[in-house]
Order: sequence, then C-alpha cells, then structure tokens
Amino acid sequence: MTDTATRQTVRWARLLLVVLAAILFAAACSGTPDDDQSADQRIVSISPTATEMLFAIGAGDRVVAVDQFSYYPDEAPVTDLDGWNPNIEAIASYDPDLVVMQTSGDVGASLEALGIEVWAHDAPFAFEDVYVQIEQLGEVTGRTDEAAALVADMRAEIAELIAAAPDASGLTYYHELDNTLYTVTSSTFVGQVYSLFGLTNVADPADADGSAWGYPQLSDEYLVDADPDVIFLADTLCCGQNAQTVAARPGWDQLTAVQDGRIVELSDDIVSRWGPRLVDFIAAISDVLVSIDAAS
Amino acid sequence: MSDSQSTGGSSAALQASGLRLGPLASGLAAAAVAVIAGLTIGPVDIAAHRVALQLLDGLPGLAIDSGLSDAHTAIVEQIRLPRVALGLLVGATLSVSGAAYQGAFRNPLADPYLLGIAAGAGLGATIAITSNLGDGAGVLDPVPLAAFAGALISVTVSYVAGHLGGRSVASLILAGIAVASFLTACQTYVLQANSDAFRQIFAWILGRIATSGWSEPVLMLPYFAVTVAVVLRYRRALDVLAVGDEEAAALGLEPRRVRLVVVLAASLGAAAAVSVSGLIGFVGIIVPHTVRLAFGSSNRVVLPLSVLFGGAFMVLADLAARTALAPAELPIGVVTAFLGAPFFVLVLRTSRREIW
Repeated sequence: MTDTATRQTVRWARLLLVVLAAILFAAACSGTPDDDQSADQRIVSISPTATEMLFAIGAGDRVVAVDQFSYYPDEAPVTDLDGWNPNIEAIASYDPDLVVMQTSGDVGASLEALGIEVWAHDAPFAFEDVYVQIEQLGEVTGRTDEAAALVADMRAEIAELIAAAPDASGLTYYHELDNTLYTVTSSTFVGQVYSLFGLTNVADPADADGSAWGYPQLSDEYLVDADPDVIFLADTLCCGQNAQTVAARPGWDQLTAVQDGRIVELSDDIVSRWGPRLVDFIAAISDVLVSIDAAS
Repeated sequence: MSDSQSTGGSSAALQASGLRLGPLASGLAAAAVAVIAGLTIGPVDIAAHRVALQLLDGLPGLAIDSGLSDAHTAIVEQIRLPRVALGLLVGATLSVSGAAYQGAFRNPLADPYLLGIAAGAGLGATIAITSNLGDGAGVLDPVPLAAFAGALISVTVSYVAGHLGGRSVASLILAGIAVASFLTACQTYVLQANSDAFRQIFAWILGRIATSGWSEPVLMLPYFAVTVAVVLRYRRALDVLAVGDEEAAALGLEPRRVRLVVVLAASLGAAAAVSVSGLIGFVGIIVPHTVRLAFGSSNRVVLPLSVLFGGAFMVLADLAARTALAPAELPIGVVTAFLGAPFFVLVLRTSRREIW
C-alpha cells in the first residue's frame, strides 16, 4: 500500500465516522427537525409560570438559569435573578439565546438589542390564554408537539374534573390572598375557575365597578356576615395561614365553612401561576365539592 | 371663648391646668360621637339600638336579649368593639406624640415619625415579612415586634447621632432625617430583593386598624398610658421650652432633659402604635394643629385635647375606611391623608389664629 492510499482510506474512515455519528445523533433525538437546531439553545426564564411550562413541554434541559421564585420543578436551575426588576447584564451573563419573561416593555427591548430572542407573556384572562402561551413556548423552543400534547392533556383533565364535580350553584366561596382579607372577584382568572363549577363569590359586591381590578380587600365584618360555604386559602405559604389560624380569628367561629370544616388549604404558587399545575388547583376545588356533596 | 365664665369646683381645677371645661367637653363629645358611630355603622347593617342592647348585655349584672344573631353578635363584640378601641388608642397616641414632638422641637412640622420611627418600623416589618418569620401559627406575630424594635433603634440612633452633632435641636432633626433616609433605603433594598412580598408590605405600610380580637388593643394600652401620662406631666415644661432653650434654662428648666424625656415617651407610644397598625400618616400633624387653631396653642390645652380628638379622628377615619367602598376596605393611611389634608387646609383658611 502506498502512502497516498493509506491517507485516502483514513479520510474515508473519518467521513464514515462522521456520517454514523450524525445518524446516531439524529436517532437519539428522534424528534422534529426543529430539535436539531434548538438542542443547544440556551434559555433563561425569569417567569415562574413560564419555567413550569418549559419543563412540562420537555425544554427543561435547555434552561440554563431561572429567577429566584422559579423553584418548581425541583430541577429548575434557580439563581438570584429577579423577574420583577430584571437586571439585563445579569441575564445576559448566562449567554442565553432565548429569554422568557412576564411582559415588561423596555427590558425585553434591551435584551433584543443585545441579539437575544425574547418571549414575553401577559397575565392570562382565560384558560385559552394559558393554552396559547404554552403553544407559543412550544414554537420558540421547537417543542410544538409536546406543547400541543400538554394542552390537550390539560383540556381533557380539566373537563373531566369539572364533569366529576356536582353542581355547586347555590354554594358561596371566599378565596383568600392574604390574612388582611385581600381577595379576588369573579372577574379575575382565579374567579373564573370557581365560576366553572357554579360557585358564587362572596367578594363580588366589593368590587362591583371593577375599580380594584378584581382584587378588593374585604371588610372583616362583611365576611363574617356573608358566611361563605367554602373558604379557599391561597396564603398558606406567604402568610402561614391554615384552617386553625382561620378558625381563631375573631367572629370566624360563627362561619359555616369553619364549623363544617370546609377550609381548603391551597399552595399560593399553584393558584398564582397559570401553568401546567392549574389542573391541581381545579382538582382541589373538584375534590372539596365532591366531599360536600357526599356529606349532604 | 364663651365657656370662660363657667364656674364650679371642677372648672376651677381645670382652669388651673389651662384646660377649660368647654374644650374638654367638646373633646369628650367628639370621642363619644366617634365611638358610637364606629360601633353602630359598618358594612353590615345592624340596627343601632340592638348594638346598644348587645353592649349593655355585656356589662356585668345585666342580661338583655338584643335579638341579634350569633354572627351579628360576633361582629359587634369581636370585630367592631376591639377595632374602635384600637382606633381610639392609636389615634390618641399618634396625636399626642405629634403634639409632644412639635413642642419639644419647637417645630410645627415635627411629627412622631421625625426621628425615623416610620422608617425603622418599616424596615423591621419588611424584614419580618420577607423572612417569613410569621409562619408559626399561635406564636407571637413577629411583624409588630420587629416594627417596634426597628422604631426604637432608629430613634435611639437619631438621638445619639444628633447629640454627637452639637446637641442643638437642629442637629437632632437633621440626624433624624439622615437615619430615616438610610433606613428607608435599606427597606427599599430588602423590598426589591423580595418582590413577591410587595402586596403584604404595602398593605402594612398603608396602615390598618383591623384587629385579631383584643390582643392589639391590650398590647397598645400600656404604651398609650405611659405616653399620655409622661407627656401630660411635662405640658407646662413644654410651654416654658417654647421660649427657647436658653430662656427656658434661665427659668430653671433643663431643656435637654425635658426634651429627652418627652421625646422618649412620645417615641415609645408612636412605635407601639405603628407596630400594631402600620404607618398611618398625617394624624400626628393635623390633629394637634387643628386643636391649636380651635383652642389655642398652650401645650396644657393642646396635649390633652390631642388625646381626645386624635382618638375620635382615627375612629372616624377607620369608619370611612371600612364603609366608603363597603364591603371592600380602604387602607386607613389613604383615608387619613385624603380626609385630613383638605380638612386641615380648610381649618388653616378659616382660622384667624396665629398658631406658631
């Protein structure tokens, strides 16, 4: 064998190796063609809701940094980034290709000026907004199929949970945001979730004109007089509230919900983040309505 | 004034203290009207006579059926009554503290927050809220404790810094401004680093008279008593102080000692008020000045009447807070400023009296 022939063989062997590696790699990824381009995408999320969505659609392994409150799911790479007052330099230092965040005008523009793709989401007004946001995240991360599957699952599970619950029209509820009686009305996204079950919100008269944007602070005596049938606590984490602390409030021992033990302790996060765990929130409502129905 | 002719033993005693029967009676009447309104009016309609019967029923030896449901009984006895009591105590304490600060510093703009109480309490409360110390149910609520500690620390630092800077009234005020700015900056920093607690912290900052039963009024009572007792005891000394430190010293007074005692007592009360009800602004300025415009600027008149009118003002402001948007509630700090500022301008305009 001549020297040239040896070199030729080595060259062919190398080429074969590269082709094999490429085939293996493509097989391993076995996804849409998009995936090849986005596999090395670096994502920074400074929105806890978006972080939950990213992991639920299988883009979690590309998330290189998340803000301090994106502590769900456990594997999210929490950093001290701040989603409320985003620091552009700090975000850029993670060298992201994509930043996902809650809508924030000039911050997004500044990041885009640095050549970083930005996907921003508003607070949702309806379920459809949540689904659209998940699908959009699917598109910007090349996970369209997974996003579509997640949306379909959520739709099915939510429909099932609502169908499983007895009709709750005639029952009233109070949804507590903190222990100074900040609450939501039916006009908010949270309120709409309860309305799906036919529940009536005792706080609706407190913001009839919408001047509190659906988030009024209730007067304590009004709440005692309104006597809601069910109390949902969304301040178990922020404010350490639970069935015992609620029962110990002055005058609250008179409440039907307290006397009948209809106080639902929710995670603050699940009811304030409109992501995949929305299903858990709806399940909690469905469960308590089923148990009330069984008791009566 | 028309009541200057009033006679009788008690009136003579009152005149000796500089406070005439007429102003005292109007103060008491204002407080009484506020208490009655606070107890009988609210987002929930409860007939006034039934409220009265229910309260009489609570007196020892009386058993009266008010005809109120259990829920309405609870509203009257467990929600309105402690709330009115706390409003009286907090309003009276903040007002008399403000009047005392104005006297001690000879400055009409002085208020109980002059030496950094608001900033210190705000920082304390912010730290307590953001570090989630309040999770242990049943344990003492750490937010008022931290607010109280922050308030007292800031006053102490202001006082020490002010004395290092030359012992004059001006250096003390400037030290207070510096301490307040520094602590506000710290508070803003902690707030920014814990943005999830925004609503809770702002709710605290805007103030709230709502109680969890009787614990807040009971907690507040001793501070109110000490502050009022000490400040009223020094009412003459504060009048002497009004002529200036050197002149007061020539008259046999120790201006710095008087100022220290009065400011400490006023600060203690204001710190307690802030820690149970948040940063309710404006009360410590408008109530004493309104009293001065109506009844004269002697501290022997201003201090006791500030107690009565301050309590009345706060109870009425809280009534507005819980009825204006009923059944929603307004932060009381908004009400005191919203009602207080225009009212005060009106009083300033219609009065011909020189108050300062």
